[in-house]
Amino acid sequence: MSVSVRRVRAIFRKELREYRHNRSLIVGMAILPLVFIIQPLIAVLGLTATASSPLGDEHVLLYMLGIPILVPVIVAASAVAGERQQGTLEPALTTPIRRDEFLLGKALAAFLPSLAIAYAVYAVFLVLVVLFAQEGIAFALIRGPDLLAQVLFTPLLAAWSIWVGIAVSTRSSDARVAQQVGLLVSVPPVVVVVLIALNVITATLGLALGCAALLLVLDVLGWRITSRLFDRERLVTGTR
Amino acid sequence: MFGFLGPNGAGKTTTVRTLGTLLDPTSGSATVAGFPLTPENGVEIRRRIAIMPESPGLYLRLSILENLECFADLYEVSDPRRRIDLALRAVNLADRAQDACGTLSKGLRQRVALARALLSEPEVLFLDEPTVGLDPVAAREVHELILGLRERGVTIFLTTHRLEEAERLCDRVAILNTTLRTIGRPDELRAQLFSTEVTVRTLVALSEPGRVFAGLPAVDDWHEDGPANYRLTVSESAVAVPAVTRALVAAGADVLSIGEKQHSLEDVYLELIDDAGAGRA
Repeated sequence: MSVSVRRVRAIFRKELREYRHNRSLIVGMAILPLVFIIQPLIAVLGLTATASSPLGDEHVLLYMLGIPILVPVIVAASAVAGERQQGTLEPALTTPIRRDEFLLGKALAAFLPSLAIAYAVYAVFLVLVVLFAQEGIAFALIRGPDLLAQVLFTPLLAAWSIWVGIAVSTRSSDARVAQQVGLLVSVPPVVVVVLIALNVITATLGLALGCAALLLVLDVLGWRITSRLFDRERLVTGTR
Repeated sequence: MFGFLGPNGAGKTTTVRTLGTLLDPTSGSATVAGFPLTPENGVEIRRRIAIMPESPGLYLRLSILENLECFADLYEVSDPRRRIDLALRAVNLADRAQDACGTLSKGLRQRVALARALLSEPEVLFLDEPTVGLDPVAAREVHELILGLRERGVTIFLTTHRLEEAERLCDRVAILNTTLRTIGRPDELRAQLFSTEVTVRTLVALSEPGRVFAGLPAVDDWHEDGPANYRLTVSESAVAVPAVTRALVAAGADVLSIGEKQHSLEDVYLELIDDAGAGRA
């Protein structure tokens, strides 16, 4: 069964156009990164140079991997439930689009902005730390393996989060409820990330590779599993 | 144009959704646009049909053009610019293409939904209650557009509970009330359900109507239908009406009108739906 790039692109483009006009969504996507950047920034900028040695034992920057977990789920959770609420789902499903094409278009439209936001916030954070933190703090904070982990895990976590959000959305009749449930489901991975960042769970190369492989598998399976959860009949009639 | 009539809850929308492959049939069989209605043929069927649901379901934050661009791509139409332009012209919205759908009236939204349904040049167009909730002017505009489509040779499957709409637009109708009650041309249904009747109105009541009407050719029965009004059951109005006229004149009656009673589609509908109700009671 082949996937029509044009139909996927149609959903992707439509979604991006809708985001542009959806102020509440933009605000929702902006608030979380702000929370993630402001609190640690205040903490880091307030550190004295003598605090740099304990920082060397932690992976504080990994804390920011919470952004690619939490931001996309807000968008993804309203992807199907929102359309259903607005009555736009039925017309779309009367076209030749297949459910996996529909969901892929939705997922890509949530993925790219989330990725852009996560990387941008991370970059801004690093620049501010380099410019304004005490001498030695930036050196202690910014380390090659952490940077690599950030670059690698951001898309993997975002994709996982999107499939979770869409899966919740396919089973929910209310977009806001779907967002809340999606955020709730995203808490466990955020906790894991924070525990690694605070060195409660020791970050090792093996752990990183294992997590990356697991996420990659989950991301690929996520598309297929979510497609199966997408019950056209239930979504149109609101029954079953 | 095929009309699918029935009261609320009769199953009209469910039938359209089933034929449009949105719902799986629980039993029976159907062929849509030449394809048997099976899950494997879903995409092929949806390529060849378009459905305008009862609610337009437009992306209200997007412009008319953006809505149509999205659906042109979903149908993978060739030369989408031209198709969008043609669809907008067909519904007289070419000059409103940049308007956000959220700013449009209900009638205009229905027109956009119709334009969207025309994008793929469907072989079969399903219109589910296309004028529900519209004011008479907007409803008439939608009727004109639908008639225009019929003239262009588009096969239209129209569901409605507005009988005057079906009477005006449809070549054939089916009447549904959870099960199919009847199907045919409106004239055929009238003939099946009702005998031909001739109504007679005179200035004053006839003193002996039985002597006037009895024994006239093609007149099977008669009865009074109010003062100075008579209803005659006839087998052939072309024979009966001249005979009745002559008899009335011969009886010295002051005739106000003689005419064949036209049963409307509403009469047919009510007869069948009432029968169903009586059957249930």
